Amino acid sequence: MLKASVLIIVGLLGAGTALAEEGEIRLLESGTDIKSTDSLQRGARNFMNYCSGCHSLKYLRYSRLGADLKIPDAEVVKNLIFTGAKPFDEISTAMPADATDWFGKQPPDLTLMASERGVDYIYSYLKSFYIDKTRPFGVNNLYLAGTAMPHVLSSLQGLQKPVYQNEQEHGSAKMVLVGVEAMTPGAMKPEEYDQFVRDIANFLDYAAEPIKATRETMGVFVMLFLLVFFVFAYLLKKEYWKDVH
Amino acid sequence: MAAAPESAGTGKGLIGWIDDRFPLTKLWKEQVAEYYAPKNFNFWYFFGALSLVVLANQLVTGIFLTMSYKPSSAEAFASVQYIMRDVEWGWLIRYMHTTGASAFFIVVYLHMFRALLYGSHRKPRELVWIFGCLIYVLLMAEAFMGYVLPWGNMSYWGAQVIVSLFSSLPIIGGTLVEWIRGDYNIADPTLNRFFALHVAALPLALVFLVVAHLMALHEVGSNNPDGIDIKKYKDDKGHPLDGVPFHPYYTVKDTLGVAGFLLIFAAVIFFAPNFFGLFLESPNFEPANPLQTPPDITPVWYFTPFYAMLRAVPSAFGTQVWGVMVMGAAIVVLFFVPWLDRSPVRSIRYKGPIYKVMLAVFSVSFIILAVCGMKPPSGIYPTLARICTALYFAFFLLMPWYTKFDSVKPVPERVTGHA
Repeated sequence: MLKASVLIIVGLLGAGTALAEEGEIRLLESGTDIKSTDSLQRGARNFMNYCSGCHSLKYLRYSRLGADLKIPDAEVVKNLIFTGAKPFDEISTAMPADATDWFGKQPPDLTLMASERGVDYIYSYLKSFYIDKTRPFGVNNLYLAGTAMPHVLSSLQGLQKPVYQNEQEHGSAKMVLVGVEAMTPGAMKPEEYDQFVRDIANFLDYAAEPIKATRETMGVFVMLFLLVFFVFAYLLKKEYWKDVH
Repeated sequence: MAAAPESAGTGKGLIGWIDDRFPLTKLWKEQVAEYYAPKNFNFWYFFGALSLVVLANQLVTGIFLTMSYKPSSAEAFASVQYIMRDVEWGWLIRYMHTTGASAFFIVVYLHMFRALLYGSHRKPRELVWIFGCLIYVLLMAEAFMGYVLPWGNMSYWGAQVIVSLFSSLPIIGGTLVEWIRGDYNIADPTLNRFFALHVAALPLALVFLVVAHLMALHEVGSNNPDGIDIKKYKDDKGHPLDGVPFHPYYTVKDTLGVAGFLLIFAAVIFFAPNFFGLFLESPNFEPANPLQTPPDITPVWYFTPFYAMLRAVPSAFGTQVWGVMVMGAAIVVLFFVPWLDRSPVRSIRYKGPIYKVMLAVFSVSFIILAVCGMKPPSGIYPTLARICTALYFAFFLLMPWYTKFDSVKPVPERVTGHA
């Protein structure tokens, strides 16, 4: 009886999750590796060069970034700080307060974006700008319709155009946006660009939770310790209970 | 009482000195070393001790969080990130606390389910059950207020939705909500008072009720999977034949349970502390924003069954109060279970098929309600939530009849088997 209900419950939960994701354009898989220091260093470089002009990382200190990513403080000051900040400072941006007049909104702080939207979202978003004459900066995004952000990486990626599909809805034909395709080439080959934005996504994943890689490594040892503890607890229990009939 | 100095001083050493002034050994013997518990406890009996472990975890990690957390709407969100990044081991302390909150509800739900399985609420344990229900209600208040403290966007809007429920009460509603919030909106004063209640008032009340829960339990003795009284057959020393002293038998056994629990608990903390957005929801990584709601406002998973009931009831006569009443009734009805169950036997082992089916249907309904509460109220979910709300109440309200007419199996004189 009990086992049957447990099975039903597990089945229902599975069905519930399967129902969840329909009708949305699937996110691309980023394939990031938070334990790859090389990728994180490249990501930090890319972020500082292309993103930090507008986006802050206000909960992450330059010094912490340097320590975790194995970049000496002198290198951090020389190559990653463009704002005159001290290494101990949080990563702020030079964006003035009237940015709202330029973009319609203040460019968001990105420290926790990877936790909020997921690393795949960042990767997909950065790959999916397409030309749209109706937008102020001439581009729109597949994953954030009406985005206020210009395609700052267009010189690297090139431009993309939208792909529409005819779909029947309530008996009438309708153009539905289903994807994007390359239009003009950029300075990078598609694989290079993928790696470029993958590194940014990876870096933002790190920024959202700097302890993540350490936590997972540490977790393995904690689990091993607890397994040994479990075995001893089991043997102790057995020893004490052997005279209970 | 002039003779006291002569009769005192029977014990030796430090413990003896204390025993002459405080019932230390007496308490230890009565509550632990010579508290005889049935020897046939099974898997379901781990969750009482585990609730205590999680409570201790919440209290200790909570105290340390309080040292770095700032209960102000301007600083709260950043102070949580400060704990996660700049406080030594702050990330671990916080993850233990957030995972502990969900773990608390998991072990408490399983603990309550155990009572429904084996009739642990039946006479003479009604007060044990009622204290338990009060703990559950306080725990929900504690969890709700704790969830508001990080001041994320879901914290903010969750508080907005839950506090507004009181506004549906006739006449006093509007004033009451203002009084709870301390402002015309969820704002700094709300956060401050929720902090006060979360770290001082409610934990104090919780600990007090847990003590009362255990005292009541130890007064009447523990139930067991057979639902029979072990005090009927005693040895020549007056100890129950089917009982074993809690210490060392159940202290070592519960240590094993704690080890098993910690394996799962640590796996979540170290490998999936957000638990796929269920324990820490993704909109909460954005600071509270009174101008923008999250895409869907949903409470944390442990409240979703009741949230689904709230939404399942349509408004009528121009008020939403009916949903609030149904949600409240879903919790109030728990208090009456000891008197709703009219079966001549306690344990499901000797109850008939009707109770087994009803309990299974109830459990599945509760879980479907939990899923409905997480989903946007469209498609099949509202209908599903309505059906399951009806089934939830049917389990309790029809209990006096189906437990009476249900067949029963003969109950053995002595407990069967042991762990």
